[in-house]
Amino acid sequence: MIAQMLFSRHEKKTVWAIGLILLVAALVPLSNLLIPDGNFLHVPDHLVPLLGKYLCYALLALALDLVWGYCGILSLGHGAFFALGGYAMGMYLMRQIGDRGVYANPLLPDFMVFLNWNELPWYWYGFNHFAFAALMVFLVPGILAFVFGWFAFRSRVTGVYLSIITQAMTYALLLAFFRNEMGFGGNNGLTDFKEILGYNVQASGTRATLFAATAIALALALLLSSAIVRSKYGKVLVGVRDAESRTRFLGYRVENMKLFIFTVSAMMAGVAGALYVPQVGIINPGEFAPANSIEVVIWTAVGGRGTLIGPIIGAVLVNFGKSIFTAAFPEFWLFALGALFVATTLFLPKGVVGTVQQYLARRQEQKKADAIEKAYQEKASAKPDAALATLEPQAAE
Amino acid sequence: MDEKPSKSLLYLDGVSVSFDGFKALNSLSFVVDPGELRAIIGPNGAGKTTMMDIITGKTRPDTGQVFFNGDIDLTKRDEAEIAQLGIGRKFQKPTVFESHTVWDNIELALNRNRGVFSTLFYRLSPTDKARIEEILETVRMTARKDDLAANLSHGQKQWLEIGMLLAQEPKLLLVDEPVAGMTDAETAETAILLKEIAKTRSVVVVEHDMGFIRDLGVKVTCLAEGSVLAEGSIDFVSNDPKVIENYLGR
Repeated sequence: MIAQMLFSRHEKKTVWAIGLILLVAALVPLSNLLIPDGNFLHVPDHLVPLLGKYLCYALLALALDLVWGYCGILSLGHGAFFALGGYAMGMYLMRQIGDRGVYANPLLPDFMVFLNWNELPWYWYGFNHFAFAALMVFLVPGILAFVFGWFAFRSRVTGVYLSIITQAMTYALLLAFFRNEMGFGGNNGLTDFKEILGYNVQASGTRATLFAATAIALALALLLSSAIVRSKYGKVLVGVRDAESRTRFLGYRVENMKLFIFTVSAMMAGVAGALYVPQVGIINPGEFAPANSIEVVIWTAVGGRGTLIGPIIGAVLVNFGKSIFTAAFPEFWLFALGALFVATTLFLPKGVVGTVQQYLARRQEQKKADAIEKAYQEKASAKPDAALATLEPQAAE
Repeated sequence: MDEKPSKSLLYLDGVSVSFDGFKALNSLSFVVDPGELRAIIGPNGAGKTTMMDIITGKTRPDTGQVFFNGDIDLTKRDEAEIAQLGIGRKFQKPTVFESHTVWDNIELALNRNRGVFSTLFYRLSPTDKARIEEILETVRMTARKDDLAANLSHGQKQWLEIGMLLAQEPKLLLVDEPVAGMTDAETAETAILLKEIAKTRSVVVVEHDMGFIRDLGVKVTCLAEGSVLAEGSIDFVSNDPKVIENYLGR
């Protein structure tokens, strides 16, 4: 049943996008590892984690698109789920350091030794196992989203009020994680990672593998998202977005519909965060910053919300621009980002992908209209009376 | 409980509700029988829409009883539950899913399991397909089944919404001003359609258009200031001096 749900009824463009992402998953690591340095086709070492970072952001934007684009829930706190997934992975990586830290304590991470702690807090138990940490990557953001959504959706908090409380949620977590007593490294966060699953996180082979894993995760998430939005459940979500009360009076429990997609989306964001941390080498409370979550909204809007592929393209494009821009004119980046958002809202309200889709749909309609017109002309020249009959089926509508 | 006629489909007794001190409904009581088509008229602010909100669970009454199908207490249930019990509601402004096709609109309204997982793994069965086609035929939308609902005319949206309500298979249909903004021809057709629908279920129509109500030729309830002013045939009600003073005479 699940397989049937996953692999049936995908749009052609989704299949192409998944294929393309999987191709990238293979080509970038191959070119980095096999093609010698200096060759035109060689992807240099420093670029691999950077590209991996873009794909993590793409996964985060895709997660946001599920709730914002398809269900109309504008979450301004998706960065929180991303960061929580990142922390879960960061805790695993910290435990892998073992006694190779500065203080060479076999049990406690450096920051705990520095704070004069004597034992590991209970919530760090289990994070020395990868499987446990991987489970937490799903569970921690998922449970937070479930509890948050349970209260918010049941109380029928919608629109801008919901956006504000999601923003408050990420801000509250930012403040909490800044505190040293929380036991997550305070403002320094978690860093100085050594190994993941026994492989050196700095090694180019590991980085290439992490890149491939990120791309595969993105492809799987796209497959899952596409299956969800094309199911009847996905149609109900769009119904909730466009006419919530109509959905309710048809007998759907809107709060349950929202809760499910919000939780799935938060887990997806958590996975993105978990893949991000080993590639950038650090996770700190800055990831909870409200501005981060707002940036995700901008990537999604630029790419085109409610298109699944759009947010992926938007996230990669905007972050590529950010890398270039912040290197050339660091102090102007935020202005450029703001201008980009304003310009998108004014000139490309459907985003890049949405606009292209609209153009293609219009051209197809034009072609159909031209064909009818042509048929009419041909008949009119032969038999003027019969020509009207050609138009009949259209007129009957 | 004893005095309540057991055969009634909808039973409202002494229902009152006020918003910020304004009494929208003032001890409203009326009964709809199974299979009945009932028209409700009344001036603006008479409480017609509030009454529908109470029946469909959107608003809770301050006092009074609302029973459906004999002994189901509607005041204790929410919108989704009441809809699943078999009460359909058509809004004054046509409310359809604009970014879905006509077909998908009907499919979503179809009376099937509405949980998250049953919709996630739903596949269109031949029975459902036949049912959707039948409904499209009834509301004359077959030719437009693949068009987006956003591209329909106002009248067509009204009809699509009625089709969605049919798909819901309600025992009771509440219809709020179905012919507002329709042409005369569309109005006459809608009267025929509603009479057809009322053959298999109860329908309550709220309407301002007296010509349309005359076309329906059914029992009329006139509301004013939150309670029932008069009830009876259209001729009886429209000759009632209180009705003339409160509503028609204005």
